[in-house]
Amino acid sequence: MWRDALLVAGKDLRIELRSRVAVWQVLPFALLCLVLFAFALGPGPGPLRAAAPGLFWLAVLFSTVLATQRSFAIESGEGLRDGLRLSGLDPAGVFLGKAAAVGAQLFVLEVVLWAGIALLFGVRIHSFWLAGLSAVLATIGLASAGVIYGALSAGLRVRETLLPLLVLPIVAPVLLAASRAWAGALTGAVGAGTDWLRILGPFAVVYVTVGILLYGPLLEAG
Amino acid sequence: MTRTATRWLGAAALVATAATVWLGLWVTPPDRVQGDLARLVYLHPALAWVSLYLAFGLAALSSLLYLWRRTRSLFWDRLAASSVEVGVVFTALTLVTGSIWGRPTWGVWWTWDARLTSTALLLVLFLGYLALRRVPADPAVRARRCAVAALVAFVDVPIVHFSVVWWQTLHQGATVLDPGLKLKIHGSMAWTLLLGFVAFTLVFAWMLAVRYRIEVLSDAVGDQELDVSLEERWAEADPPATGAAPVGHQLGHEGVLSPPVPVAPPEPTGTPR
Repeated sequence: MWRDALLVAGKDLRIELRSRVAVWQVLPFALLCLVLFAFALGPGPGPLRAAAPGLFWLAVLFSTVLATQRSFAIESGEGLRDGLRLSGLDPAGVFLGKAAAVGAQLFVLEVVLWAGIALLFGVRIHSFWLAGLSAVLATIGLASAGVIYGALSAGLRVRETLLPLLVLPIVAPVLLAASRAWAGALTGAVGAGTDWLRILGPFAVVYVTVGILLYGPLLEAG
Repeated sequence: MTRTATRWLGAAALVATAATVWLGLWVTPPDRVQGDLARLVYLHPALAWVSLYLAFGLAALSSLLYLWRRTRSLFWDRLAASSVEVGVVFTALTLVTGSIWGRPTWGVWWTWDARLTSTALLLVLFLGYLALRRVPADPAVRARRCAVAALVAFVDVPIVHFSVVWWQTLHQGATVLDPGLKLKIHGSMAWTLLLGFVAFTLVFAWMLAVRYRIEVLSDAVGDQELDVSLEERWAEADPPATGAAPVGHQLGHEGVLSPPVPVAPPEPTGTPR
């Protein structure tokens, strides 16, 4: 399983590195979100600073949808999904690999976005371990939930419109918990922020488990 | 379930609902604090019980049974789909009745209270399921896809619940399942409340049975549609055995009268859609 996961993750990330779609489309989109949020809330630093954690995670959520779509678009060519199915790779491994690849891209994106909110909104992280830990847990949860639904809607003609409707309500608790955790990390109210790790942790565990268990039937259904 | 049984179930649901309406509106006294508004208590918790526990619980269970190889059968898939669809209607009704209740008591139509928020999210989650269900696909493929979607949505429910519970909450705690029930609600009110639960459970069961039947029939239509159309097309192509050559006014495919030209038999190979 782990070897298969590494293979799939390596393949996806190599394709991403060569095609640079994530770098030239997803990343600019996320930064554009930050600018648009600023337009929506007005130029004063007060509201922007207060809303920064939520806006940051909202941008990450939207990018998750794009990254997942992209992750399955690279397999949308003629017979590619069949090829993956025939390759004899463990479905759980395929799931872990794809989730790891999406997660790695999201993590890079979060680092860039963090620089973005630091520059544009003028916020600073007080507790790096809380911000880092919550970001890692949230990213694992987002990537696994995203990949499950990506596989579910892969190959459908309506996938572009269906995927956001399916994924966004599922990851709503991540948005809620990660925003609160980051609010704690940004303001220095570490205690209140740490509480939310109790949502992010189980979410990540649950969706990694669900993905490992259900990815087999999903691949068959493709 | 046979059609007669479904009809009896429908009749029972109708009687129970009528009795609830009668007891709730005329027999029971108004509440001391909330007045007539409190009569929503016969409606709102029962609707919530049906949608949140019965419908979605049943959907999750049947999806699980579908995915398990030994019990895999389209019965579970159709049951899950019917259950979600009816559940979505009841969830919407729960939200609407809650909102109607909330406006006079809390002064707002909507509040970001834990239960409201998680119920609304649940509604969106299962609307996603229905959207996925409408995507045309082979029944077995669709069933597997939807079963996975239902389970993935279902495991999210407790997480959604706990995450929003940590927001400040306005909603009252559980009223009905409270051990001190007798102290809170008396006599006719308690009976009416209980009857409301029975009535809506019956309504749910009846709607489920009808919806299941529709599901079976629409699948059957999907299967037979192509065969029937093909046969029609073939019949069109073959000149009648006794009659003359098919020359003359003919009704075209769109019901347009075609000009009187000698008609070559149409190619029967293409699918007639």
